[in-house]
Amino acid sequence: MPACPIAPTDAPPTDAAPVAPQPGLARPVLDSQRVFRAVLRAMSRPGVPVALPVLPPAPLPLTPATVALCLTLADFETPLWLDRAATTPAALAHLRFHCGCPIVTDPAAALFAVIGDGSTVPPLNAFAPGEPDYPDRSATLVVQVAGFGTGPRRMLHGPGIETSQALAVSGLSDGFWAAWRDNTARYPLGVDVVLASPDALVGLPRTVQIH
Amino acid sequence: MTAAAPQPGLAGYNFAYLDEQTKRMIRRAILKAVAIPGYQVPFASREMPLSYGWGTGGVQLTAALIGPDDVLKVIDQGADDTTNAVSIRKFFATTTGVATTTRTAAATLIQTRHRIPETPLADGQIMVFQVPIPEPLRWLERREVESRRMHALEDYGVMYVKLYEDIVRHGKIATAYDYPVMVNQRYVMAPSPIPKFDNPKLDRSPALMLFGAGREKRIYALPPYTAVKSLDFEDHPFEVQSWSQACALCGATDSYLDEIITDDRGGRMFVCSDTDHCRQRTTAEGNSR
Repeated sequence: MPACPIAPTDAPPTDAAPVAPQPGLARPVLDSQRVFRAVLRAMSRPGVPVALPVLPPAPLPLTPATVALCLTLADFETPLWLDRAATTPAALAHLRFHCGCPIVTDPAAALFAVIGDGSTVPPLNAFAPGEPDYPDRSATLVVQVAGFGTGPRRMLHGPGIETSQALAVSGLSDGFWAAWRDNTARYPLGVDVVLASPDALVGLPRTVQIH
Repeated sequence: MTAAAPQPGLAGYNFAYLDEQTKRMIRRAILKAVAIPGYQVPFASREMPLSYGWGTGGVQLTAALIGPDDVLKVIDQGADDTTNAVSIRKFFATTTGVATTTRTAAATLIQTRHRIPETPLADGQIMVFQVPIPEPLRWLERREVESRRMHALEDYGVMYVKLYEDIVRHGKIATAYDYPVMVNQRYVMAPSPIPKFDNPKLDRSPALMLFGAGREKRIYALPPYTAVKSLDFEDHPFEVQSWSQACALCGATDSYLDEIITDDRGGRMFVCSDTDHCRQRTTAEGNSR
């Protein structure tokens, strides 16, 4: 097993006893509805940070925003892929227990992916872009970043944006935006991305153009 | 078992009727629909406690969206007080306990059968459309495999031929409702059987528009500010209906009018199809007098 770049605080570092998951959403039905509406708002207004109304406990290196999204949308039907930074015993135990989702090692087989460290985003074309007849059979990536409002500014255009939308992200690799251009070039195929700061989301559906 | 925190809604049922796994499945389909505007996302439509054809697609969308903070409005052909609207509004009032309204401006969530309110929609509002036939190519190509491939290849020539044949036969495009639109310059989409009068309201609307077809098991979407163009030709540009009369109740000349037969001797009147719009106008006039 690869070494964890960030040691989970609540779990033994190596193959000791199984890690107990932390509590999930306090009120699963009502909380997941509110989280979903935040995700929907983020995806329908790309580039606008949407604060999450619910911040559940999160085992490091996962953030409350990432965990809220996974607990709301992932289940036994959605294979999940985690990058090396996010693959910790505590994170695995937490997601397996609360979502019951299969954890896959092949990124192309995943419907959801969690990128624990936005400064090293894997190639976007490693994930399922859908098929010409079924572009919806594509992956959604949750990319953990440090925050919004600082860092290089990009101008976003596309559906969900009235004229243009400025977006500044800190903790996101420069190479991401070049990869994003390639992703939008194959529209309607492509992956969709949710940038997650510890407490807010920014949606990047595949329709978003960068200038 | 210890008493859990009370959850609004109907005892013995989950909040908003659907189980949580179904809601997750629908929510994932909604997000993909928003990411690919105008593309019909297949979803595992459930049996609902109302028949196919009565808005099961819209009801499932609303059930996956609605929360205690929402204010729900339901209309049927523009009216808040017709059977379909009343029963769906009552369904959600019972299973969620949310507030309902007839006022367009006060609603956060508007489920509709075949109309878009006359009152301009605002950022943050969500429209849910009930859709009988989601596939705009279905009357031209009956095979699902073929129509899906035509969307993949952006092969929409047959749709233009159909509109052209209308012009040859009738001198104009005869389609008056469910008038096909091009979304974000990529997908041809059925706007559901709204009158073509409402098509311009789809273009770059600040509200999120979601479409649900329960029997046909499809969900599709128009994110806010999405370019929506009604199909037409340079020499036969798209036009909406117009009336020589004004609304008999409120005097509106800019709203969609229904013709009401008032007796068996040819008597008739034209009134606003949007009952809330009509009521707002008559109340405002009454106040100003």
